[in-house]
Amino acid sequence: MTGFITDVMANFWAGLGIKLALIAFIVPTSALVFGILEIKISAHMQDRIGPYFVGAWGWIQLMADGLKFFQKEDIVPTDADAPVFKLAPVLVLMSAMAIFVVIPWGPGLVFGDLELGVFYALALSSLATVGIIAAGWSSANKYSLIGGLRAAGQLIAYELPLVLSVVGPVILAGTMSLSGIVEAQVVFGVPYIVVQFIPFVVFMIAALAELSRLPFDMPIAESELVMGYFTEYTGFRFLFFFLAEYAAMFGMMLFAATLFLGGYWAPGIPESMMPFVGPVVLLTKAGLLVFVAIWFRWTWPRLREDQLQSLAWRWLIPIALLNIAVTATLKVIL
Amino acid sequence: MTVDAWIAEPVNWVFSIVAVVILFTAVRVVTSPNVVHAALYLVAALAGSAVMFLLLSAEFVALVLVLVYIGAVLVLFLFGIMITRAPTGFDEGLSNDRKLVSAAISLVLLGVLSWASLSAFGTDTVNTVGSPTATEILGDAILGRFVIPFEVVSFILLSALIGGITVARRDLTPLEEEERKAV
Repeated sequence: MTGFITDVMANFWAGLGIKLALIAFIVPTSALVFGILEIKISAHMQDRIGPYFVGAWGWIQLMADGLKFFQKEDIVPTDADAPVFKLAPVLVLMSAMAIFVVIPWGPGLVFGDLELGVFYALALSSLATVGIIAAGWSSANKYSLIGGLRAAGQLIAYELPLVLSVVGPVILAGTMSLSGIVEAQVVFGVPYIVVQFIPFVVFMIAALAELSRLPFDMPIAESELVMGYFTEYTGFRFLFFFLAEYAAMFGMMLFAATLFLGGYWAPGIPESMMPFVGPVVLLTKAGLLVFVAIWFRWTWPRLREDQLQSLAWRWLIPIALLNIAVTATLKVIL
Repeated sequence: MTVDAWIAEPVNWVFSIVAVVILFTAVRVVTSPNVVHAALYLVAALAGSAVMFLLLSAEFVALVLVLVYIGAVLVLFLFGIMITRAPTGFDEGLSNDRKLVSAAISLVLLGVLSWASLSAFGTDTVNTVGSPTATEILGDAILGRFVIPFEVVSFILLSALIGGITVARRDLTPLEEEERKAV
């Protein structure tokens, strides 16, 4: 069986097709799963029940919602810049999907093991902001434009802490390949969160800001900007933004779990079982982080844009730089 | 190289397609009647350049181009455009009639750059197409042999940064300072 799989994957086009199909399956599925989880968890955190009637405990509510979006009219506002308006959601969803390519699900279980995996994930996930700004501008709506501008301003705050905070694990592992980082943590004995706890916190804060999740959801800010940069979107283009939001969150948390929590590795699992248990372990770790993100959403009030700037530039960036200096020094000494 | 050998190499196909895309989008950057469109065409042109670097086995440079230029610099471009003026539709007064002079300068620049790279590298070829350059080699080169140019560039950027702050900063008038102290 394993031999057959290896043979099929060795054919370039067959392997590419299977990988594309898998990613095309993972992205909407993860969005639906974490979407319904968010609805249910937030309901229980607020002492409500949440969706209840569609399927057992309302678990197919979001699938029904998704189908509903497909039969909605696809409206492009008269004043909107049609080509940009139509292209923007595609760019955002593409950037959300890109991160799944480099995440290792087990030893050798990775879509593409790039030598610069960490860098690739950060570069491609920053592409989403271009799509968000394009969406906000092309809608020809003041709320959308302000949402897009806030997303761009937010990028000034989170981009540097995000990049600087992952340098710690990269220095420790001595490689930027995500598989290499997991293997380095196996050799190291404990996940990097034990020795790199502060950069982990910096990373999570910056990641929440990149994902526009509370407490940093200023680009959407329902109570101020209707729906922020995607106010004017309808039907499946709206669905694109929705899928991208949850898929990007899942992807970012998979990335964090791989960098700091030891990825697919867990102590006490024999090497031969790793390809089967690894994905479950990684899913558990990433799921835990997604739960934390949802938990934060119902715990913290929304910050202002200038408060995020001062948090990032006065605290996160100096802390991340200090961590790089300390980690690099210790790496050389020890 | 014969035409048959050139066609047989898939890298050449990708190169040609991407080159056409870069040329088209680069021309549109300067001819587009809308500032935001011009900036978005620049995104496409830079993405194409990143693919070019990938074809040259320079994975790191390609990703830097995406992360720094598309992910940060162009986002700031768009931010700047939109915070000042961002009309949808056509924008008056983006072009002027000095097209001949600009074309001449562009041709001279193309000539100088081609001559410089040909005289520096001549017939050198990237011998390992498809395998990325090790980032370690790049790091050693930048922080070893090229450390002084690297630091000089950093100083230029630092002075630009300080200059930018000085220009943008508005000192408080004595009255405003009083008010701030009162708070």
